[in-house]
Order: sequence, then structure tokens, then C-alpha cells
Amino acid sequence: MIKHEGLKEEFKYVTNPDEQEHIGGLFASGDMLMQEIAYNLITGQNDQVGILVKQALDEDYTANIVLDDGLIAGMAIVGVKFRDNIIFVPEVLISARAMKAGMEHIEPILSASGVKPIGTVIMGTVKGDLHDIGKNLCIMMLRGGGFSVHDLGVDTKPDDFIDAVMEHDAAIVGMSALLTTTMPNMGTTIEAFEDAGMREEVKIMVGGAPVTQEFADEMGADAYGANAVDCVQKAKDLSAAK
Amino acid sequence: MNFKDALKTKIILGDGATGTFLQKRGLEPGGCPELMNSEKQDAVIEMASRYFESGSDFVLTNTFGGSPFMLKKYGFEDKTYEFNKAGAELAASVCPNNKFVIGSIGPTGEFLKPLGNVSEDEMADGFKRQIEGLLNGGVHGIIFETQMAIEELILGIKTAKSFCDLPVIGSMVFDKGPRGFFTMMGVSPEKAANEIYNAGADIVATNCGNGSEIMIDLASELVNFSKLPVMIQSNAGIPKIVKGKVIYDEKPEYMKENYQKMLNLGVKIIGGCCGTTFDHINVFRNLINEID
Repeated sequence: MIKHEGLKEEFKYVTNPDEQEHIGGLFASGDMLMQEIAYNLITGQNDQVGILVKQALDEDYTANIVLDDGLIAGMAIVGVKFRDNIIFVPEVLISARAMKAGMEHIEPILSASGVKPIGTVIMGTVKGDLHDIGKNLCIMMLRGGGFSVHDLGVDTKPDDFIDAVMEHDAAIVGMSALLTTTMPNMGTTIEAFEDAGMREEVKIMVGGAPVTQEFADEMGADAYGANAVDCVQKAKDLSAAK
Repeated sequence: MNFKDALKTKIILGDGATGTFLQKRGLEPGGCPELMNSEKQDAVIEMASRYFESGSDFVLTNTFGGSPFMLKKYGFEDKTYEFNKAGAELAASVCPNNKFVIGSIGPTGEFLKPLGNVSEDEMADGFKRQIEGLLNGGVHGIIFETQMAIEELILGIKTAKSFCDLPVIGSMVFDKGPRGFFTMMGVSPEKAANEIYNAGADIVATNCGNGSEIMIDLASELVNFSKLPVMIQSNAGIPKIVKGKVIYDEKPEYMKENYQKMLNLGVKIIGGCCGTTFDHINVFRNLINEID
């Protein structure tokens, strides 16, 4: 249950009953420190998030608890607020920065203990396209959602996607494009996976301002993410479908 | 007659899409369109010329991505002045009397500090370099288009106004979300209209992002909130893929009907964004002629 006063106010933005149940469940432990972390993440206090995460780890909270009950729980509310137009890209970027401040303390512990992320995603803007704001936002939200993400940057050739999938044993590929002229390169990349005999091994999701569900279907992608929040949801769906 | 005087007396028609035409003339997908101002000047001249012939009262220069921040991605940062000046000169070389060339400035692709890494001074300096090229190339006005962040747009408008007394257009791209229209950065039409006016611009506008039907709702809001004349440049629909090719499927006659409604709402300037062609502009010309 939510005891933190500020967080209670933030939780009011979650109006869908299913989401109330799910996100409310993330705060079920009722731990005040975790709720403090979530609240500071939502409000973008990155210094404070770093301090509180460090404090929690010093107090012998496990890295997984801090990640799940503090950071990811907070990010879930950020996601809802973003999708519902309560907040926009600037606020999400600031919360993502706070997430990163917390992750800097958590990541070394997780990797040392060999804990597996919920999935590994290869992300890149397609060949010929130099735009990365949307892709970067997706990456931050994916990491906030517990995924391990390898960023191939902009102007990513089909072979680079394929190489990265092999190198990191990734199950999901995310492609972004802002230009209508480079959108078809999503299809080209999907074909390259087919030609390499690897199409069955990966789930491919696409997104970007001009991209639509219809376009994603036409290209033969497995999922379309309408925005950064949807991207995380689709990645979770694709992981579950594997 | 200058642009501002023309605006007082009649509905003004802009031009249509740039990128799709330049691709037909050899622009590679994802290539640098502004490079053509230097290396494929015939294509850039042909485009301006054909838009004027189709009925445009003004054309936009091929300098949308001409900020040093965007050009840097192609390794052409040091060509900022040259590409912008050439873009203006090429359009101006075929501009008839009583028609106009408006210098196009798209987003820098950067966020201002503290959100991003670019300071106000650095961004203003980028605008300055681009605007100097456009002015020396002979533009009659400046448009900041497809803008998402109000801070960036205001900085651009103020920088332009510090250099010249030419008309300046502030044009943002809005999405329709669960709570209405907002830019990606959270700017509502009301806020855009107020801030663009306060920054000293002459025209409030929106372009891109939407087909012409949704643009009617957006036009209604902008006209309602704006103290300045309103301009709309709609896409010819949302891009679709058919047999591996990207198409925009709103036909000129369909868009004409929607523009008719927007003019009835009080929109003063119309034009086309992605997917609009010479044929579209021709039909929009007829619409305006029917009204006049």
C-alpha cells in the first residue's frame, strides 16, 4: 500500500482499474524508503534518487528489491503519465536521468551476482536515418522497465543488427525511423534476418513518428510501438510470447 | 507589395513537399537535401519554379535541415552559410515579381540545456549562421517549421528578429493525444499561439504530423487562440506503405475540401507539407481563386 503522501498524489494519475491493481501491487510492501525512491524518480530528482538508492543498499536492501519496488515501480507511473499526456518528453527524460542515477549503484551489484535482465534488446535507428531522440527515449524506458539494451546508434546497417543479435544473444530487435524515406529500410533489415536464417530467432519491433501499425504489418514486424511506453509494453509482450 | 502587405489583402498560398521531389532528382534516402543546393542546383531551381507555376505565392527554401547541428551529422557543418545562401539564391532566381521566397529553418535536433547539451548561446549562434546565409541569399521572410520545443522556437524567432525586419513565421508540429493537441515536448496550441506572438513573430502556424482532416480541428484552435494570422501546411495524409513504397494518399480534391473549411475558420495562409505535390498546389490555387 502507498503511504508516501507525494506518491499518493502521483498514483491518482493512474485511473485504469487494471493498472491501478498492477502498479498498486508494485508498492504492496508498503516500504517507505522504496516509495521515497519512486516518488523522487517520478519528480525527476536525480541527485536524491542516487542518494536514496545508495542508502537503501547500505541498509541491506537487495539490488533487486530497490530496482523493482523503487525504480521500476516509479517508472511505471511515469509511463502512465506520459501515455496519458499528463507529462511529455522533457519530464520523461528527466525521470530517465534519475533512473540512471539510481542504476549506477544497482547495475554493478546485479552484474556481479549474475542476475539476468528480463530480456535483451538490440536498438538502432535504421540505415540512412540520423535521428535518435525517439530511439533514445525508448532505450531509457526499456532500461527502466528492466531490459538490458544494446544501442547501435543511428544509420544502422542490417548486418549490424544481425551481428549484435548474435553477439549479445538478444531475443528482441527494435528499429526506429523518423524519415519516410528511410522507413522501408526496416523491411530491408527484416529481409536480411530472413536471408541469414535468423528470422525465427528474434522478435522485431518498430517505431518512429511516421510509422504505423499498418506499416509494421506490411513490413512483417512482430510489433509496433506507438511511443516509448508502448515500446516497453510490446517488448514485454514479445518476451512473454517467446 | 511586400509579404506583410500581401497578407492584409488576400489569402496566401505556399508550396508543397520538398523531399519527395528531390528524391526523384536523385536525393538518396536519408541523404543531405541541402547538399543539392551546391551539387544539384538544377533540381532545386526546377522545384521552386514549378511551385511558382502551380500557383504558389511563396516557396520555402531547401534549407530545412540547414542548421549547423543537423549539417554536422553529414560532416557539412562548415557549409552552413554556403548551403543556406545558395538555397535562398536558387529559389530567388526564379521568383516572379509580387511573389516571395521564405527561408526554411527546421529543428536543430538538439535540446537546450538543462535537458540537452546545447546552451542558448550556442543554439542562437547556429540560427545566426543559418539566417545570415538566408538573408544574403535574398529571402523575403523566415519560417521556423516542424518545431516541437517552444524554447528553441522562441530563441529562433528572437534571433531572426534581431537581424532583420522581415516577416517571421513560427510553425509547430502537434499530435492529437488523449488530452488534445500537444507537441512532443508538451506545447499546446494555446501556449504556442501566445508564445510565438510574444516572441515577436508575425504568423502562427502548424505543419506536418497530420492529414488535412485533423488539421481542421487544429486550425480551429490556433485561430481561436492566436492574435496573429494563422498558416496551415498539412501532410497529404499519414504515410502508408504500398508494395514497399511510401505513399501519401490524400488527393488534391479531398484536401481542397478540408482547406475550404480551414479558410472558413479564418486561416490566412495555406500550403502543403509531406506528400503534397505540384498538383495539390494547383488545386489549392483554384480554391483561393474561387474565393477571391
